[in-house]
Amino acid sequence: MDAKAPTLEMQGIFKSFPGVKALQDVSFKAHGGKVLALLGENGAGKSTLMKILSGVYKKDSGQIFVEGNEVDIQGIKAAENLGITIIHQELSVLPNLTVADNIFLGNEKFNKVSRRLNKSYTKELSKRFLNQIGSKLSPDTLVGNISVGDMQMVEIAKALTKNSRIIIMDEPTTALTDVETKNLFGVIKKLKEKGLAIIYISHRLDEIFEICDDITVLRDGRHIGDVETNKVSKDQLIAMMVGRKLEEQYPYVKGKTTKTMLKVENLSLEGKVENANFEVKAGEILGISGLMGAGRTELAKTIFGEYKKSSGKIYIDGENVEINSPAAAIEYGLSYLSEDRKKEGLVLGMSVGQNMTLANLKHYQKGLRKINKNAETVDVEEYITKLSIKSPSQYQLIRNLSGGNQQKVILAKWLMLSPKVLIIDEPTRGIDVGAKKEIYDVLNELKQMGKAVIIISSDLPEIIGVSDRVIVMHEGKITGELPREDANQENIMKYAIGG
Amino acid sequence: MEHSLKNSLLKYKTLFGLLVLCIIITIVSPRFLTVPNLRNVLTQLSVNAVIAAGMSFVILTGGIDLSVGSTVSICGAIAATLTKSTGNAFISVLVALIFGAFIGLINGLIIAKGKIQAFIATLGTMTIFRGVTYVYTNGTPISGLGQGFMAIGNDKILGIPVPVIIMIVIFIIGYYLLTQVRFGRYVYALGGNEDSARLSGINTQKIKTLIYVISGIMASIGGIIVTSRIGSASPNAGSGFELDAIAAVVLGGTSLAGGEGSIIGTIIGALIIGILNNGLNLMNVSPFYQQIVKGLVILFAVMIDKKSK
Repeated sequence: MDAKAPTLEMQGIFKSFPGVKALQDVSFKAHGGKVLALLGENGAGKSTLMKILSGVYKKDSGQIFVEGNEVDIQGIKAAENLGITIIHQELSVLPNLTVADNIFLGNEKFNKVSRRLNKSYTKELSKRFLNQIGSKLSPDTLVGNISVGDMQMVEIAKALTKNSRIIIMDEPTTALTDVETKNLFGVIKKLKEKGLAIIYISHRLDEIFEICDDITVLRDGRHIGDVETNKVSKDQLIAMMVGRKLEEQYPYVKGKTTKTMLKVENLSLEGKVENANFEVKAGEILGISGLMGAGRTELAKTIFGEYKKSSGKIYIDGENVEINSPAAAIEYGLSYLSEDRKKEGLVLGMSVGQNMTLANLKHYQKGLRKINKNAETVDVEEYITKLSIKSPSQYQLIRNLSGGNQQKVILAKWLMLSPKVLIIDEPTRGIDVGAKKEIYDVLNELKQMGKAVIIISSDLPEIIGVSDRVIVMHEGKITGELPREDANQENIMKYAIGG
Repeated sequence: MEHSLKNSLLKYKTLFGLLVLCIIITIVSPRFLTVPNLRNVLTQLSVNAVIAAGMSFVILTGGIDLSVGSTVSICGAIAATLTKSTGNAFISVLVALIFGAFIGLINGLIIAKGKIQAFIATLGTMTIFRGVTYVYTNGTPISGLGQGFMAIGNDKILGIPVPVIIMIVIFIIGYYLLTQVRFGRYVYALGGNEDSARLSGINTQKIKTLIYVISGIMASIGGIIVTSRIGSASPNAGSGFELDAIAAVVLGGTSLAGGEGSIIGTIIGALIIGILNNGLNLMNVSPFYQQIVKGLVILFAVMIDKKSK
């Protein structure tokens, strides 16, 4: 056991908001040179805990020790001065500044005599810090022109310039390709060698097993337990997170396919999708896999009429259709659940009920007569029950719901239309394990009801677990099609990188 | 939000503000609460209220319409010219309304189809149509408008001035459109998140265009009322009306970013501005100071609004 004091220790932390006990008696230790995973469902309290650590919130009670000394974190600057840096899921780099400018943002180096910005010194220092993490980025490159993975490198270098001893990474791999993720892990190893303590927040258990040394599990604002990664199994972790044993993480049911509901023929979108050919039958789940940037979302949005196809044909239920807007797509029986629900799925200022009926208002109102709010309320309640949506009421503002419940509301929105073909882009992104399973169950139910379901996912185990067939895309083309028996990680990867 | 006096006050803050204002003015100038004065105030503020009603629709979608002042003047001029030459007030009003809708359509198409920012687009049309008014009127006012037309701004029905009746009817229709029918939901959705709205199958281009048409028609009604009350159409009419309308909307709690607010808030905002003007007049405050007070009230109200969030 480590005789040295942990780099960071939080003890007995309590934090409440009006009506919500966010954290109750939470404690954990993070050691220098190690990676600690902070694991828990959405709403478990991870985000609140990290916000206290990074100075955004103030704790109600409890103690925080940095390198053995008790500290009082007054604000964000205070946390920074203590060597605590947080790298958020939504990166906060400025795209129209250079790499060097971003690294020293808020911390600019001035020439002591002339009081002007010392550009050459900034550049040199940037190079030094980037080297420390093995990045070959040029300090003069505009951040807007670099990849997401490189943007993360910039944030990490920035953290190093502030002499950070504790780096918190919140869902760092969400927007990274597999290659970039490997790169990030390499950098994390280097940071470990420098003695930094890394706190790694992620839902991706595979990654946690690969890169983290210890795991602290939270549930419902309480500390459930600390384990060493090499002494625990995935099932045990899930049980700790959810409080119950999940029978099967990816439920699969055998379906019965009937007629072809969607047929895509030589579909192209200028610069993004090239000659896509595939079909989906009623009663099956088709998974579309591929690396980030392969064109999967573009393919879906082109089918849905959000983008204008440059060539090709689309057949819905045997009929050749011209879809030039999402409204038209909906008329033909298509539904599309976007991968970015905040940006493209929800209207945050509206209530749960209003969001749910948004695509189907024609059903509740004819001409200039009033909306039949009674019918609306009844239907919304029905779906809240059907999908187990946790919300105080349907009049609650949707921004107050957790990610998983928001996703269910959007799903209900589309189900209300009784679509023939349902396209879901990243069905469980940013959703905790318990809610994930509920969504898979819904997908299976839809399949058995005779709908044609397409899921686009970057989560390989998810696609492999739930799909009947998988097609793989690479740089705008469909490079492979695999039946369920052959859909494994190696085969999919093979096609994803070019086939 | 917990139940407390503070929170209740915050929720109905605009209404409370209005009541407090009325009480203060009555105490300082008891003449405020007399029927002739109230009749006068409501008539005067009806023009801004009507224009603000149209502006509500625009701002709720996250847009803005700076051209309303110019629409007031050109539509007022058209109505005046036609009624003077044909003697038919009804036709003149109809043509003026159609022209107002036409200006709105131009705005809507430039913004929705042309994808030009609303601020820039309506700044452009504001300037263009002000120029059109000068050309059309040759820079001189038009008077001698005939009894039929003058009735609009100056007659009363059952003791209530016609402009006030027009204002009430418009707000009832506006309220209905925004809260009881699909259109209203689409407006809020468009203002809240345009991408989500479009991907939910809402014809966002159509809605965007329609709201500017509504604003144009409302501005045209405002122009007709003000021309009738003054008894002449001036090429300078409507100058600055866009700011008063926007102020009423914002005071009423509608966010300039879109997606949040109500038309009830707008009429309260218009009442506050109109009553404030009247109160300062009754207290013999110089019009120069009135401008300063008005600006301060608006800033103060917006700050309180931010604090309550």
